[in-house]
Amino acid sequence: MDDFVIRVEKLFKAYDTPAGPFPVLKDVNLSIRVNEFVAIMGPSGSGKSTFMNILGCLDRPSEGHYYLAGSDVARLGKDATATLRNRTLGFVFQGFNLLPRMSLADNVALPLIYSGVDHAERRVRAQEMLDKVGLGRYAESLPSRISGGQQQRVAIARALVNRPRLILADEPTGNLDSHTSEEIMSVFDGLNAEGITIVLVTHESDIAAHAKRQIRFLDGRIVHDAPTVPGFMPAESPSC
Amino acid sequence: MLGAMLHEAWRAMGANRLRTLLTMLGMVIGVSAVVLMMAIGQGAQYTVAQTINSMGSNIFVVLSGFTATGGVRTGSGNAPTLTVADANAIAELDGVDTVAPVHFGSVQMVYGPNNWNAWVQGSTPSYLDARSWPIAEGAAFTDSDVRAATRVALIGRTAAENLFGDEDPVGKTFRIGQAPFTVLGVLGSKGQNLEGRDQDDLVVMPITTAQRRVFGTPFPGSVRQILVKASSAEAMPAVEKAMEALLRQRHRLREGVDNDFTLRNLTAVADTAAETTRVMSMLLGAIASVSLLVGGIGIMNIMLVSVTERTREIGIRMAIGARERDILAQFLLEAIIISVIGCAIGLCLGVGGALLANQLAKMTVVISGGSVLTAFGVAAGVGIFFGFYPARKAARLDPIEALRYQ
Repeated sequence: MDDFVIRVEKLFKAYDTPAGPFPVLKDVNLSIRVNEFVAIMGPSGSGKSTFMNILGCLDRPSEGHYYLAGSDVARLGKDATATLRNRTLGFVFQGFNLLPRMSLADNVALPLIYSGVDHAERRVRAQEMLDKVGLGRYAESLPSRISGGQQQRVAIARALVNRPRLILADEPTGNLDSHTSEEIMSVFDGLNAEGITIVLVTHESDIAAHAKRQIRFLDGRIVHDAPTVPGFMPAESPSC
Repeated sequence: MLGAMLHEAWRAMGANRLRTLLTMLGMVIGVSAVVLMMAIGQGAQYTVAQTINSMGSNIFVVLSGFTATGGVRTGSGNAPTLTVADANAIAELDGVDTVAPVHFGSVQMVYGPNNWNAWVQGSTPSYLDARSWPIAEGAAFTDSDVRAATRVALIGRTAAENLFGDEDPVGKTFRIGQAPFTVLGVLGSKGQNLEGRDQDDLVVMPITTAQRRVFGTPFPGSVRQILVKASSAEAMPAVEKAMEALLRQRHRLREGVDNDFTLRNLTAVADTAAETTRVMSMLLGAIASVSLLVGGIGIMNIMLVSVTERTREIGIRMAIGARERDILAQFLLEAIIISVIGCAIGLCLGVGGALLANQLAKMTVVISGGSVLTAFGVAAGVGIFFGFYPARKAARLDPIEALRYQ
């Protein structure tokens, strides 16, 4: 089996606007191996979020190939991409995106409903994941009763519940203060140590410093791709 | 999977209870209206069908003509143009099952201290057969009674109650004028006819007795009416033609001369009545269906609002692996639950309303299992039909667009 979790070849993405197609990604090529921890950085409008959505099978490239765990996503049907989203990867959003009327346990168990896991096992696995992120005792609370950092930990638990090999996180600490951000990042560090591949998008260089490899987008192209150098902060990074 | 989805649908509906209840109310009103109207319509049809059955099926009535004396015309049935011989001739025609000549009038009957004016039908034993009229107690008179013009009678329920009260009339003797008549039997009850007349308020006796001993007609052998029962509904047109030709021939009517008798097809009258009630009940059902339709549109409306409100939720669900059919099923299920629960409540209200109409207004209602099942099927159908478009709209959302929706 291919030891690349993600392989992107000659990827283009353009949005249709009234003024004609607007290119967002221009010839992106990237490979990410199993158990890598990659931070994607870049200014707003550089295409990093679009790229992330394509990686997350939420959006489709205009041209080029994206192989996720060996399968060419562009060739898959809608149901098959839904299955990839459900089992192969876990997505963590900037805005947490928990369902407000459901208990934390139900939120975490939600992906399992779509993979046909029965009720009893859903409960067990959701509780297991909540315990893992340290929120086991809030299983029956509603998301509105806990803090933002805790909500993001629940969102990570939800992303993990179907035991994916890849976690994609789109600015997971964007709505959190620096202390809470560190807590969240230590969760990611731990997951990476367990063998899970992590790709995260961030503005902040100190968040990116947790990753082992840093990629920088500018105007829809990858302009920097190198292992993280401890203490080194790329010059273009916006200061926080 | 279904259990989880039911649970979620229940939670989603519970999140906006008032709205769910109001949406349901549309279905409740629609279904209860349909059930109630169908019950009333079927009740009316049932009543008419009963009345028609009581008349006897495939029946013609031949009425004798009228007299015109000095410009005064007496109306059908008053001229002595029909005879028992005519009746016997008609009986020989193809397609004719039974023929009963009838001579009728009203008389005052006396029994002990009671007296009662009833309609007397003088006829032959085949009269009961033609009208499909069973004998409840006692026995019918026979052909020999007809030949001998014996003073015997069969009495209808209403006449019996008024003349004999609680006594059993069979074997009793009542008087018409000074002449005693023995009651041979009591006729089964038939209720009202299509005109609302009580068919049980009568006395049936041999035609000869009626002619000679009760009414004393100056034209022996004349009858006022002949009841003709055709062997089948299909045979009726042919029988009608043959009868008319036969009677014109027997009465020696030249071409261009009007008939001196009137032929009436009672089944046609009955069919008209049945058709009228059928149309009426269809109309009731149609009007009620409109409210069901409105209820369905209410569901669609609310589901569309719900899809818009929950766009972000749909996006999240898609992002964590919900397929199109999962989202479709979720919203469809909600619509179906609303309509099925609404239907169940509406069914109870409709049946309750029908029973109330039966109790309070003495209306005949018929609640058939078929109409209940239909109502349930229609409600589920309405849920699927009107829930499908919003559900499909939800399922077709683009995950990215849905996630960005605020």
